[in-house]
Amino acid sequence: MAMKILVVEDDHDAAAYIQKALREEGHVVDRASDGLDGYALAREGSYDVLIVDRMLPKLDGLSLVRSLREQDVETPVLFLSALGQVDDRVKGLRAGGDDYLTKPYAFSELLARIEVLARRRSSSPAREETVYHVGDLELDRLSRRVTRAGQTLDLQPREFRLLEYMMRHAGQVVTRTMLLEHVWDYHFDPQTNVIDVHVSRLRGKIDKGFDRPLLQTVRGAGYVIRDGAR
Amino acid sequence: MTALAKLVRTTAFRLTVAYALIFAIISLGVLGYVAWSGKRLVEQGMRETVAAEVNGLIDQYNIGNMRGLVRSVDQRVRRPGSSLYLVTTLVGEALAGNVARLPASVLATTGDHPDTPYERLDDPDGVIHHAYVRVFFLPGGFRLVVGRDLDELNSLGSAVRSAFVLALVVLTGFGLVGGFVVARRVLARIDSMTASANAIMSGELAKRLPLSGSNDELDRLAASLNTMLDRIGELMAGLKEVSDNIAHDLKTPLTRLRNGAEEALRVSADPQQYRAALERTIEESDNLISVFNALLMIARAEGGRVAENMTQFDAAEIARSVVELYEPLAEEAGVSLSVQAPAALEAHGNRELVGQALANLVDNALKYAKPIESGDAAKGDAAAPSASVSVQVSARANGSGGTEVSVADHGPGIPAADRERVLERFVRLETSRTRPGFGLGLSLANAVMRLHGGSLKLEDNHPGLRATLSFPPPLAGAST
Repeated sequence: MAMKILVVEDDHDAAAYIQKALREEGHVVDRASDGLDGYALAREGSYDVLIVDRMLPKLDGLSLVRSLREQDVETPVLFLSALGQVDDRVKGLRAGGDDYLTKPYAFSELLARIEVLARRRSSSPAREETVYHVGDLELDRLSRRVTRAGQTLDLQPREFRLLEYMMRHAGQVVTRTMLLEHVWDYHFDPQTNVIDVHVSRLRGKIDKGFDRPLLQTVRGAGYVIRDGAR
Repeated sequence: MTALAKLVRTTAFRLTVAYALIFAIISLGVLGYVAWSGKRLVEQGMRETVAAEVNGLIDQYNIGNMRGLVRSVDQRVRRPGSSLYLVTTLVGEALAGNVARLPASVLATTGDHPDTPYERLDDPDGVIHHAYVRVFFLPGGFRLVVGRDLDELNSLGSAVRSAFVLALVVLTGFGLVGGFVVARRVLARIDSMTASANAIMSGELAKRLPLSGSNDELDRLAASLNTMLDRIGELMAGLKEVSDNIAHDLKTPLTRLRNGAEEALRVSADPQQYRAALERTIEESDNLISVFNALLMIARAEGGRVAENMTQFDAAEIARSVVELYEPLAEEAGVSLSVQAPAALEAHGNRELVGQALANLVDNALKYAKPIESGDAAKGDAAAPSASVSVQVSARANGSGGTEVSVADHGPGIPAADRERVLERFVRLETSRTRPGFGLGLSLANAVMRLHGGSLKLEDNHPGLRATLSFPPPLAGAST
């Protein structure tokens, strides 16, 4: 699905890089090089996602987003900033941001995050399904039961949350840091491959013994759960 | 003159002068009141005396007629310090008394005359005195005059006036002198503090403000400024250390990164090799980024900047979630990882940072949990977990109201002599050189604990290492 994205970034090269890379992914990308332009465009245009740098000329990113939220513009915002400490992130989210990515970043990480943000917008939380399906895999959020081809799978609570998060974003790439953030509520860089081990364990439970693997590794990016046939 | 002006401008001098002025005004007021009421008392006494004498003389007149009166007046006049008396005929001819002359108008009216000029009989020069007199008409046109000289009263007034002036002079004098002395003392102290501050600004960073040892307010100010300077010094040292670290320890991986790229350009020609070289480059730069992040985080934590994001968190939940996060990794490495924690354990701090600190400790423990012999073969070697290869995480309240979270392993441990040193940035012991890592994990955990007002303790676990994150008891105000 093609998204309409606004990048508010004063550094020309950085902005051109994001623009080019996102266009290659098939998205429509507009650009603003200062806070005021960004604010004007964001208010008028109907964007799916805003990517906002924090340190911008004329109007800083935090104030920009705060102003947008005051005007009831609820477009999802991803902050992209060199300021990456715990309190910076908190400030960004308090100002009305939906996600926070620290520079330097991997493009795959940025892409995965904005896709999740845009999707979250299109599916209203009120109509959130209680049962997720991917192929013959089924996860019931109320009874906390997971079955594949009618066969009940025995998952640990954390494995359940991991699978729940991945299935909610079925078809979308989720990165290791996204999993750490949403399943464990930690934002640090774990240095080692802890998340990989959790995912491979989960894969052992849901894919082992079935001919079609659903949980796939996306090289250099993260994981995606989808029906292989698509 | 400028020195004097400087002295006069000091707060100490102004305060002293202001106090002196206030005291002067108050004492003038008190003196004035005393003088006024004293005068009133004296005047009242005078009136009563005069009235009594008039009555006494009238009694004499009633008993012995004019003759008795005159005799009595003559007697009284001879007493030392006597009042003033005058007995006259209708035409003003003096029959007795010690008054030479009185204004005719006074003699013509009966009653009190508060300030009457008169001449004394015993004062031949004809000096005009003033007196309070009472005139009484006797039958037959005779007049009886009794009075008191006012000199007494006036001398009281002038005594009070000179006391006024003296008090004013003395108070102002003392105020000025005191002000100068106090201001000089304070100014001398301030000048020496200013000199020290200038010296510090001009580069003598180790210098501190002088203390007089009296523990007065200036001393306390100097002491807290000194503490501030110490803290700034520590922060500057930290900053310098970071830049030194960056110079020494980041140049190596940067060189490797650059060399790799150069090598790829020089040697390879097929896309496959380019691709591999680029992937290595990205991997290397990711490593560099995480080192940078860790360094920044340490610097930030040591700078105490994250303090605003402190909240209540559950230390037991952190222990469990970190263990749960690392448990599959431990199992893969053949280490049994267990946790021991109460249902809930309140602590105050930043959950995110504490989580990261604990994750670093668990990560370290998993890396070094095995005895050295089998350690390097860990990867992919699915050795069955044995009793000795275990890591225990435990959270508990300590005796003094604080909270402790510790990670204990049975690996090679850290020799007592090195336990201080491993907390520094980029320090890696010889025995760990072969394993992955940058030597920042413990520094970060240490910085996080210092930020929380606690400490990271490294102890012997007989054998192995027990690393403890020790939180102080929450402050009285912060424990809501």
